[in-house]
Amino acid sequence: MKELFVILIGAMFIENFVLSKFLGICPFLGVSQKTSTALGMSGAVVFVMTLSSAATYLVNDLLLKPNDLEYLQTIAFILVIAALVQFVEIVLKKLVPPLYKALGIYLPLITTNCAVLGSALINVDPERNYSLLEAIFFGFSAGLGFTIALILFSGIRERLETSDIPESFKGMPIALIAASLVSVAFVGFAGLVIQ
Amino acid sequence: MAVKSKALTVLANGFLKENPTLRLLLGMCPSLAVTTLAKNGIGMGIAATVVLIGSNVVISLIRKIVPDKVRIPVFITVIAGFVTIVKMLMEAYFPDLNKQLGIFIPLIVVNCIILARAEMFASKNGPLLSALDGLGMGIGFTAALFVIGSVREILGAGTWMGITLTADLFDPATIMILPPGGFLVMGCLIALVNKLSRRKKKASIAGDPEKCAMGCPGCEKAS
Repeated sequence: MKELFVILIGAMFIENFVLSKFLGICPFLGVSQKTSTALGMSGAVVFVMTLSSAATYLVNDLLLKPNDLEYLQTIAFILVIAALVQFVEIVLKKLVPPLYKALGIYLPLITTNCAVLGSALINVDPERNYSLLEAIFFGFSAGLGFTIALILFSGIRERLETSDIPESFKGMPIALIAASLVSVAFVGFAGLVIQ
Repeated sequence: MAVKSKALTVLANGFLKENPTLRLLLGMCPSLAVTTLAKNGIGMGIAATVVLIGSNVVISLIRKIVPDKVRIPVFITVIAGFVTIVKMLMEAYFPDLNKQLGIFIPLIVVNCIILARAEMFASKNGPLLSALDGLGMGIGFTAALFVIGSVREILGAGTWMGITLTADLFDPATIMILPPGGFLVMGCLIALVNKLSRRKKKASIAGDPEKCAMGCPGCEKAS
């Protein structure tokens, strides 16, 4: 239980995917203009990251490791993730239409979200030596970390819309500088060590 | 002559007008993550360039036999193949750099620049032009990473390409090589590029493809 708590706090704050590991910057900057779309995207990311952590861990453990094919991790994982996203899309559409409506348009974008492939690759890192349960939990926690960053940031961006900003800084530059300030707050967690 | 000038335009396009990082804002993750040192920026840029050229050529060669519906998975598989090749080469010949770049080498697969060029350019053009497009985009990416890395390394560590520049004149601002510095430098650089390109636009409106209505031959918008 304690290990899981350490993973949760670690993935959410200390090594936040977006603000300290720079994974998933594209959706972080792309869909953060409104809090409502940020929520939809975050939901989809948490969902897919949890599932893909399980799927890629199993593929690595049962298929690649016994056959000494670990150098194929990148290819195998990206295909598993792409197939999984398609599958989730079809299942949600059939079985849970309201959820599909909320997350649907974000799902295709997730295949090329580096946070998803990133968490799959970190999970199988031999130095971490995660069990299946820990790996799934890590994917889930990292997704939650992404959610926190995205929602905090979308609140700031909604206010930026109405501020008076120098011409050259309009749009992306000022968003990046705001992100820098949010990230300063997360640097404060770096010294946190949970025993 | 016409062929030669088109090739040059394609090559220069990625470097200047459509610089993938600073103009199109693609591939932000590695641009921010690995640019704590100028050297890492170059290493990442070259790795991505090799993948870009390779995948562009192969995709351009198979563009007529791949059915439209499954083209994205096919493209991703081709790209992942090249990334694996580059990763294995780096592990063998540049183990230190490979360790520094870490997870961002396999993550070249999901770098939007590469899929974007496959979709926008290589799937519509011949292999030679696609290779040049890959090279131009790769150089543009490398240059942008090098600039970001240089700024961050000089301000944050007081060195440049490993050479100590500041001696003891001032204490380097460590925050520049921490994550916040990445966002900050990137934001300021994009603002600078915006400012420069706007001034240029004022000087010659005819040169701006969006506002130009002249339809000069050789101009992208005319074709």
